[in-house]
Amino acid sequence: MVSKHVPQIHVQNLTKSYRIAERQPGMLGAVKSLFHRTYRDVEALRGVSFDISRGEMVGYIGPNGAGKSTTIKILSGILVPSSGCCEVNGVVPWKSRISYVSQIGVVFGQRTQLWWDLPVIESFDLLREIYKVPEGRYKASLGELQELLDLQPLYDIPVRQLSLGQRVKCDIASALLHEPSILFLDEPTIGLDAVTKASVRSFIQEVNRNRDVTVLLTTHDLGDIEALCRRVIVINDGICLSDSSIDELRNQYVHEKHVVIEFGSTPSLESSHRDDVLESDGSRVTFLCTSDISQFVAQMTSKYEVKDITIETPPIERVVTELYQSMK
Amino acid sequence: MTVLAIRSYFAVVSTRFRTLLQYRIAALAGIVTQVFWGLMKLMVLGAFYEVAQDQPPMSFEAVVVYVWLGQCLFALFPYNVDPDMRAMFNSGSVAYDLLRPLSLYGFWFSRTVAFRTAPTALRVVPGLFFAFVVLRIIGLEEWVMPPPASIVAALSFLFSIVLTVALSVSILMLVNISMFWLIDSRGMVNLTAGVVWVLGGMIIPLPLFPDWMQPFLSWQPFRGLCDIPFRIYSGDIAGSYIVSELAFQFVWIVILVLIGLWLMRRAQVKLTVQGG
Repeated sequence: MVSKHVPQIHVQNLTKSYRIAERQPGMLGAVKSLFHRTYRDVEALRGVSFDISRGEMVGYIGPNGAGKSTTIKILSGILVPSSGCCEVNGVVPWKSRISYVSQIGVVFGQRTQLWWDLPVIESFDLLREIYKVPEGRYKASLGELQELLDLQPLYDIPVRQLSLGQRVKCDIASALLHEPSILFLDEPTIGLDAVTKASVRSFIQEVNRNRDVTVLLTTHDLGDIEALCRRVIVINDGICLSDSSIDELRNQYVHEKHVVIEFGSTPSLESSHRDDVLESDGSRVTFLCTSDISQFVAQMTSKYEVKDITIETPPIERVVTELYQSMK
Repeated sequence: MTVLAIRSYFAVVSTRFRTLLQYRIAALAGIVTQVFWGLMKLMVLGAFYEVAQDQPPMSFEAVVVYVWLGQCLFALFPYNVDPDMRAMFNSGSVAYDLLRPLSLYGFWFSRTVAFRTAPTALRVVPGLFFAFVVLRIIGLEEWVMPPPASIVAALSFLFSIVLTVALSVSILMLVNISMFWLIDSRGMVNLTAGVVWVLGGMIIPLPLFPDWMQPFLSWQPFRGLCDIPFRIYSGDIAGSYIVSELAFQFVWIVILVLIGLWLMRRAQVKLTVQGG
């Protein structure tokens, strides 16, 4: 058992560089590369550190090519890092891969782990054999999953005939059959429609609560993060940029808020205030406030007849766009 | 290895085997082609036997066995790779296989066993039916497949075929593992297939090659694929030679598996997964 004080996932100074053969374009380049190969080192990770405790749900975000998937692959024992250390449940993933992988579940949203030609239930049965899950535990585990995800109607369908949504549900279920204590999700909701997304999210939440499963989730859909994660780690270019709650992230990167004011009557605004108007609908006006919010509100209430004020936080998309742009 | 671990690998074999049994039409088309080639080979070899000046190194009856067993067990030999495996390397799903609590070598070995044996299971019955029965009915007595030389020959043949499967799979494993470096396996597959057909004895039975080649032919591993089991069946290999030939197959399996395990370990350390 992992004690409360020791983090379940401990990552320190992880680096990973790939060596890529490079070729100059054109015929000349092709001929040259026959005799002399040039290599380029790509540093996917340049010193990533974080700790995650049991039962946490952490979002791991960053632009394409930031190093998210590489981190997940190292954490799940598939890749060996160039340097740095990493311990999960007290073991080094890539050093004892075979015993370690029984403790984790991984879903890569873009790839299926089910066997293409097999009906879903046969894939599950095979996984039971592979993970050596005792019959009773398997039945209980599958029972719980099938109820939450409504899997039963899909059992006899070969995986190749499933819709994307159905396939992702089956994929997530298959990552949990052996009751892992950690779930790594690499873009689990990619390409899903709104309804399926919502049901996948609520399922992940349920599993986190019922089984006390730790979840590390990479995504480009910030709705996932808002719905699931209290904590967000942002990575770019192989380095952790921030590790905080969503609200902190918001405050850090976006200094503007939307203020919706309901006036007593259609107001005649001063020109300085008129410039801040985003939208006006009779007596109801939305302002964009980039300065200190309390000052702005005080000004408004002193100068006009105000009936109601709502302050809207910017959507998380906005935060992240701002964040990614500030990285450049 | 515990019994439970072996059960996992067995489950992999049996699941893949059952999946592959679906391809019945492909099997039917395959066996028709193989029967046709068998007849052609017998025609050519028969013509040579008729004009032979010296006593050939192997009886024509043994040649008939060699040809028909070769055609019926065609799918056992390492001449192609599982398309699933190739797709896996292209898409990068290899990552998922590393997430299983199995040795990657053992996992793929099991799948490849199924990939070799399932198509064979579908082809062997109609193939043998043709060789034993149809040829007799249509009056081509000379080309009819004879029964095993003796009970000992029959049992040793079965044992030797099991070793053939293991040998074939351990050769294919090297091709599979080469994909870690080459990404596309087509070149390796073509090369392997060419070597297997010639050095295994599928083009011309190995004993019919010139004498000066025999020392080389007798030590190379591909001989364990067809030459040994087929000649045990026909009685061309008999007595204590059976034991030494089975040992020969076994030793090559061990060598190839060790090389495969070693390469697999190297591949996993330097692994980069396609597509980030």
